[in-house]
Amino acid sequence: MSHAEAHDHHHGPEPGFMRWLKTTNHKDLGALYLMFSLAMFIVGGLMSLVIRAELFTPGMQFVDPQFFNSMTTMHALFMIFGGVMPAFTGLSNYLIPIQLGAPDMALPRINNMGFWILPIAFGMLLSTLFMEGGAPAGGWTLYPPLSMQTGDAMPFLVFSIHLMGISSITGAINVIVTILNLRAPGMDLMKMPLFCWTWLITAFLLIAVMPVLAGAVTMLLTDKYFGTTFFAAAGGGDPVMFQHIFWFFGHPEVYIMILPAFGVVSQIIPTFARKTLFGYSSMVYATAAIALASVIVWAHHMFAVGLPVAAELFFMFAAKMISVPTGVKVFNWVATMWRGSMTFETPMLFSLGFVILFTIGGFSGLMLAMTPVDFQYHDSYFVVAHFHYVLVPGAVFSLFAAVYYWLPKWTGTMYNEKLGKLHFWLSTIFINVLFFPQHFLGLAGMPRRIPDYSLQFAEFNFMSSVGAFAFFITQFIFLYNLITTCRGKWEKATDQVWEGAKGVEWEMLPSPLPYHTFEQQPDLSDYEPHPTH
Amino acid sequence: MAHSAENNQDIYYVPHEGSLWPAIAIVGMFGTTVGASMMMNESSLGAPLMYAGIAVLLFMFYGWIKQVAGESMSGLYNKRMDLSFRWSMGWFIFSEVMFFAAFFGALWYARAISIPFIGGEGNNLATNLFLWDGWEAHWPTNGPAEWGGIFQTVAPWGEWGHGFKEWFNHSLPLVNTMILLTSGVTLEWAHHRLLQGKNGRAAIMLGVTSALGVWFLYLQASEYAHAYADLNLTLESGIYGSTFYMLTGFHGMHVTLGTIMLIVITIRTAMGHFSKEQHFGFEGVAWYWHFVDVVWLGLFIFVYIL
Repeated sequence: MSHAEAHDHHHGPEPGFMRWLKTTNHKDLGALYLMFSLAMFIVGGLMSLVIRAELFTPGMQFVDPQFFNSMTTMHALFMIFGGVMPAFTGLSNYLIPIQLGAPDMALPRINNMGFWILPIAFGMLLSTLFMEGGAPAGGWTLYPPLSMQTGDAMPFLVFSIHLMGISSITGAINVIVTILNLRAPGMDLMKMPLFCWTWLITAFLLIAVMPVLAGAVTMLLTDKYFGTTFFAAAGGGDPVMFQHIFWFFGHPEVYIMILPAFGVVSQIIPTFARKTLFGYSSMVYATAAIALASVIVWAHHMFAVGLPVAAELFFMFAAKMISVPTGVKVFNWVATMWRGSMTFETPMLFSLGFVILFTIGGFSGLMLAMTPVDFQYHDSYFVVAHFHYVLVPGAVFSLFAAVYYWLPKWTGTMYNEKLGKLHFWLSTIFINVLFFPQHFLGLAGMPRRIPDYSLQFAEFNFMSSVGAFAFFITQFIFLYNLITTCRGKWEKATDQVWEGAKGVEWEMLPSPLPYHTFEQQPDLSDYEPHPTH
Repeated sequence: MAHSAENNQDIYYVPHEGSLWPAIAIVGMFGTTVGASMMMNESSLGAPLMYAGIAVLLFMFYGWIKQVAGESMSGLYNKRMDLSFRWSMGWFIFSEVMFFAAFFGALWYARAISIPFIGGEGNNLATNLFLWDGWEAHWPTNGPAEWGGIFQTVAPWGEWGHGFKEWFNHSLPLVNTMILLTSGVTLEWAHHRLLQGKNGRAAIMLGVTSALGVWFLYLQASEYAHAYADLNLTLESGIYGSTFYMLTGFHGMHVTLGTIMLIVITIRTAMGHFSKEQHFGFEGVAWYWHFVDVVWLGLFIFVYIL
């Protein structure tokens, strides 16, 4: 750190583990979140490789069906709660205070707690693999009565979800309060970078739905251990009730994982198109519209469960409605690029990959939202293909884009562009080899969460497994690039890093960022990020 | 402290030296949740671990809040910090509202949808004929299997005319409603006294509020004892028992927490920790208590009366 004056006010971080355990610094915590999520992506990725190895050819190969089901369940829990969500929380920690000119996150100690809950929660969840009855195997959706068969793992699963919920809620409160209360003078809400806007709206969703998930799993726990009958028809309850409560959380959850990705892409595309974002305010309103609509569409996950026809119609039309604001976003990204002087550095490549491949996932979502045809697709590999398209080349690609985009700012070192491009192209090829065939498998009738299949599905499963292993190996390029950049192996980054980059972090702050950014908040009254009407 | 008083209003206090309280909180959460999990799996180590975890959590709450209160009273917090606390408490309470919404949702869903469905309503005639032949939907119910055996419910209030004591003993939900509503009034009374700078009077009214909280909890516990002993209304009484005890139980836990918080601010008010300008510690607890009040009104209407 070259800023001598920063040292006058505060001694830098203390060395060793205690620095990270005690830290209240938003950059430290952002880095911790991101490193933790990377570790969870690797754990969850290894679980997916167990799945794809078993499905490589027909017949039973390596694992017994119970363990296979544990792998599908745990893969989902680790990737959703351990990978994607903490990664975006890490980005929010790192970026929101510097983008808004805030001294830190609003509640720095709570921020520390929100992070350190996660290793405990995932330690508990991972330990269930070694328990009597095995790890949870009823699917990440935990539907009763199947999930009632979980063995000793059940309370550990439920409490780890409670802990993850506490972490998410404290993180969300911190984001909201930082954005609403700690913006620098002159940083009006409608001047904020879109990443802040999308995170603000995501945070509202988190606070609204994570407690509902906590309630749902609490009812599972009392049904199993304390004799309640929320989900048992014999006692007047209903297993379908769990599905309603779960998906009231579960559907907003998918937007929790994708809205911050929209924010990332909305900041990267203008930089490399060298234009301001097309339709800034419509982007904000579209994000809010998606979030509002997301809480009234949950039962489109349950079309085949036996809902009344009126409910199926309502949820079909409500679900389709979400494609309108999402379409606004996609067209705005395309319009931003229209007649821009575009260059194709790695963050831009991943963002373009995001726009195209996420949209494919969106289209298969439209197919699934049609009630009559969903009866065929339901619980098939088509669903698996759909949500992996929105989550991997969607959310995860945006994470890659964000890391490549901001890493030079964080570390002061430019990553290796050749390796970045190689990483992008191999990832894009293999992700399609991995997931595109699963559409055909699903349409042909292959069910999801099944360790064996009939012979006509062999070729596409073979392709998919090859893609999975190749995609996983490709990520070592990213890992190498990441570690070497953090160690300063490549050339130094300039303060602006990217020629077309606009915003507080690019125009007002050095690379690498000092340990404490804004002791005194900057005056941003003259700051004009985009034309206003 | 590092900053002098006059530039405090510009500088948002960030504890740059870090803090160990979050780590202690996590040790407590770990002990509590792992201990509780082991108890459910019938391990004898579970209970001691859980109680140790809870003890660590209590220690953490005491120490962390003491530190924050000390920082506040030494003038480290500016107006923005105050606003941060307000936003945070507000959104925290909203998250609590959503937690209760899950259980209210379960109650409404069971009453409006799943029980009529088991009774054959809509396109569910086959369900009724083949699975629960002849069962008619009604409320309160413990389901077609009569889960937990025949039970009676707790009436919201008793009949008048057999003397006050008799009426009182059969009207605990109504009495509890009045207790909580009164406690909301006494709490605001205390707030007004505090705003007038009369800390002693405020502390007395807070003491009354805390006592009402304790009384509520006592009556709620006697109601549970009565329900278990005389009415055969237990947690295992089908969907009625499940929703009844989970809703009132989680509410009771929140009242317990709220009462402890009230006692803490009673002591702090008496010690003169709050000024009429700055007393968010007081207000945060007051918001929480009013929230608990409103949840009870929902319970009184949807669980006891309807």
